[in-house]
Amino acid sequence: MAIEHYFILSAILFCIGMTVIITKKNAIVVLMGVELILNAANINFIAVSQLDNIKLGGQFFALFVIVVAAAEAAVGLAIILKIYKYFSTTNLDEINQLKG
Amino acid sequence: MVEFIFYFFCFVAVLSALVILFSKNILYAAFSLVATFMAVAGIYVIAGAEFVAITQIMVYVGGIVVLLIFGVMLTNKISGKAMITESRNKFSGAIVMISLSALLIYAIFRINFSALQSQSIIDNHTNNPAEGFNNINHLGIGLMSDYILPFEIAAVLLLIALVGAATVAGYKERSDGH
Repeated sequence: MAIEHYFILSAILFCIGMTVIITKKNAIVVLMGVELILNAANINFIAVSQLDNIKLGGQFFALFVIVVAAAEAAVGLAIILKIYKYFSTTNLDEINQLKG
Repeated sequence: MVEFIFYFFCFVAVLSALVILFSKNILYAAFSLVATFMAVAGIYVIAGAEFVAITQIMVYVGGIVVLLIFGVMLTNKISGKAMITESRNKFSGAIVMISLSALLIYAIFRINFSALQSQSIIDNHTNNPAEGFNNINHLGIGLMSDYILPFEIAAVLLLIALVGAATVAGYKERSDGH
C-alpha cells in the first residue's frame, strides 16, 4: 500500500474535523471534531512508522497521542458540564459573556 | 485483497466522518464516530500497527465515545425528542474545507516519496515487517527503556487530568461561613 494513500485519507479526515469544529454549534460535537483531527494525525504517524519498522517511533508517538486525547476529552467534558450548569446551554453562540 | 480492504476502510472512515459533519442529531454523530474509529483501527492493522489498533478501540470506542455520550445525556433535557445541533458559518466552513483539502492534497503529491522509501531498512517492496518480527514485544521493550520518561509523564498527566476533571465537574456545596 503506497504511503500517499494514508496521507490523503489523513488530510480528508483532518479537513472534515476542521469543518465540524467551525460549523457546529454544540460544544460536544466540537469535541468530536477535535477527536477526528487527532485521529488524522495518528494515521500519519502510523504510516510514516512503516518506513522504519525497526525503531517504531511513529507507533510510540501514536500511543502518546491517544493518551493525551483521553486526558483532553475528560477535561473538556468536565468543562462543558460546568458550562451547562452555569449557562444552562451548550450552544457556543450563546456563551458570549467575554465578548467585548 | 489487502488493497480492497484498505479502500473499504477508507471509504467507511470518510463516510462516517461526513455523517458527523452533516447529521443534525448529536447521538447519530456519536455513533458514527464509533464507525470512524473502528475503520481507522482497521487501517492501523493494515499498516502493521496491531497494538495501536487495539489501543485505539479500547481507549476511543470504549472510553472517549462513552464519555461523549454521557456528556450528551447530561447536557440535554431528555424529553423524548431528538437532540438537535444547528450549524453556523456554513459558507466559510465549506470554503475552509475545500481550500484546505486542495492545499493538503497538492502538497502531498509534491512530496518526493521515493527518497523516503530508499531509507527504509526492511524490504521496500511489500512494506510488511520481516518474518518473525514481534511488534508488541518491541513496543513493550521500548516503552520500558527508550521511552520511559514520556511513559511516566503520560501516567502523571492522566492522573492530573482525572483529578482535574473530577474537581472541575464535581458538585461542591458552597460554604458561606466566613
